Amino acid sequence: MTLQAYLTVAALLFCIGLFGVITRRNTIGILLGVELMLNAVNINLVAFARYLADVSGMVFTVFTICITVAEVALGLALVILIFRIRQTAVADHLDLLRG
Amino acid sequence: MAASGVFALWAWLAPALSFLLLSLVVPLRRSGRPAAWLSIVLSAGALVSAIAAWHATVAGMARRMLWEWIPVEDGVLTSVGILVDADAARMLILVALISFLVQVYSLGYLSDEPPPSLGRYYAYQSLFAFSMMGLVLAPNFVQLFICWELVGLCSYLLIGYWYTRPEAARAAVKAFWITKTGDVGFLIGIVMLWSRTGTFDFSELFEMAKGGSDILAGLGLITFCIYLGAAGKSAQFPFHVWLPDAMEGPTPVSALIHAATMVTAGVYLLFRTAFLFEQTPEVLAAVGWIGAFTALLAATLACVQTDIKRVLAYSTVSQLGYMMAAIGAGFSSAGFLHLLTHGVFKALLFLAAGAVIHAVGTNDIFAMGGLARRMPQTFTVFLIGTLSLAGIPFFAGFVSKEEILGATWAGGLTIPFAMLVLCALLTAFYMFRVVFVTFLGQPAGSHAGGHAGDHGDHPHDAPVIMSLPLWILAALAMVIGVGFAVWHPEAEVEAPRWLTPLAVGVALAGIVLAWLVYGLRVISAAWLSRLLWVLGEAAEERFWLDDLFALIYRRAILGFSLMVGWVDRYIVDGVLNALSAWTLMAGDRLRRIQSGQAQDYVYGIALGVLLLMVWMRWPR
Repeated sequence: MTLQAYLTVAALLFCIGLFGVITRRNTIGILLGVELMLNAVNINLVAFARYLADVSGMVFTVFTICITVAEVALGLALVILIFRIRQTAVADHLDLLRG
Repeated sequence: MAASGVFALWAWLAPALSFLLLSLVVPLRRSGRPAAWLSIVLSAGALVSAIAAWHATVAGMARRMLWEWIPVEDGVLTSVGILVDADAARMLILVALISFLVQVYSLGYLSDEPPPSLGRYYAYQSLFAFSMMGLVLAPNFVQLFICWELVGLCSYLLIGYWYTRPEAARAAVKAFWITKTGDVGFLIGIVMLWSRTGTFDFSELFEMAKGGSDILAGLGLITFCIYLGAAGKSAQFPFHVWLPDAMEGPTPVSALIHAATMVTAGVYLLFRTAFLFEQTPEVLAAVGWIGAFTALLAATLACVQTDIKRVLAYSTVSQLGYMMAAIGAGFSSAGFLHLLTHGVFKALLFLAAGAVIHAVGTNDIFAMGGLARRMPQTFTVFLIGTLSLAGIPFFAGFVSKEEILGATWAGGLTIPFAMLVLCALLTAFYMFRVVFVTFLGQPAGSHAGGHAGDHGDHPHDAPVIMSLPLWILAALAMVIGVGFAVWHPEAEVEAPRWLTPLAVGVALAGIVLAWLVYGLRVISAAWLSRLLWVLGEAAEERFWLDDLFALIYRRAILGFSLMVGWVDRYIVDGVLNALSAWTLMAGDRLRRIQSGQAQDYVYGIALGVLLLMVWMRWPR
């Protein structure tokens, strides 16, 4: 398989994730979209690591996965807190910063 | 010789010390009488120093003490310091003497004032003495101008001393406004002179003038501008309108500032810079003509006033016109001599008038009458002052007035000379009108209010603290008069032989006329004014000059101010308001971008990244 195939998959995955982040109304869904985007990046890193025969890309990926786990835990905790306080988890309702 | 400078410096700095103490130490100022005594003691010190400085001067020698003030690249732009010669020392003595006597007198005159405002009065008095001495001793135009403005400020503050009275406040503003008009010309003149010669210093300018340097040729415009300042300060036509109104201030202030010293600053300036004015005979001639015209105009006005202080004020304007006429004729020392004698006897007249006002509580001469019996001392000193002013031999004004007449005759100003002779007649007439009406006529009925009303008894002579300065000034007026008669000073001009009889005859004619009209009442005043119907009516209306100034002020200046105000409000402010309104509107539009929705921001970021990528890969 060529590098391009991996990159295409990663790009598609990134776009799907971005689409999810932008269009989902539910905060959980947005978090899922973010996960997809991060994983697209991971695919990129691993693909390049293989292509260049350089292990540092894989090391980065491990780090990214770890951080993603932490991020998800934190994100879900925030969503739960917001739900407790505002009685909603719909992104449209969370517009305290509107100018 | 060196000592004269040091003494003059002490004389100058004593009132400065008093002013600093009174202005900075607030409890002292608000204590009233202690503040007054401090000021009086220091002004006595100034008087002693001034006399010492005069005693130490050597004829024909000037002593200079200079300190660098504004340094510039090559040397010093201007310095401060003192320039003492015999004339400056004489003027210094006059200022210190009148200032001291007036301060003593004020202690009695203003005895009913609350302590804080009495302290304020003495602070102003000290500031005035300091500024006026600085003006007298100024070695250059810059220091002179600064002190010039300072005395103007003191005049403003002291005219408006009773600032709760609207007339006083208005008179103060009027005085300030009109003298400032002249001062603008003065400032322009100084700067133009500097740009021509590169110096402000009197001594250097004098050297230039003496050396016949052609730098000083064609100074007409410059000297005229300087004369404008002098005309404003010395109340020359048409700037004379402020001086009568300045009588709203306390009478001792009128005596000091508006009779003896400040208003003569213009004459002193012209005397001091006579060497410059000699370069421009056409301006000098204008000075003489305007001076003589002012003298005559003010004398006619003085004849119809019913307010004793206003009579004296117009008389001051008239005498200032006399001095200016002498300077205009080219004999500035004659004008200066009259300045000194006039300072003494006019201060005497004002202080005596103040004693009268203090006693009867009104300024209206027709509400007085028969005061000679009740206030014999005041009557005596007032009579001495009046005789001096009228120019009767053996009184102070005689010699100096005659010298001025001689000077204008010798200077070839024939018509001004005639005006001055007529003015001398009127001077004697209006002064004796006051004497006959106030002191000799039938006692007027009840005196409303005032000092007398408070105590319920008839008017009486002033207390010692007020009468002592009067007697000192009266004695001085006599001593000067008799002294001149005995040791006849060397006259600068050879006067024609008929001059003395003419001057005395004219003065006596004026006295006799006043006696016939107001003493014997064989000629009725109404008939006299009908005889001069246009003139009398015009004089009643002050020749409409005050109205003219009011008109200029209301129409021209207020109109211009309104226009400027309109431009400021609608054009300058309008541009700013439009700018700020647009900014607000733009902000309001831009605000909508901030939706608060995180997803919108992500959308924006994605779009931005996409645009960046397109931009990077765009074929160029």
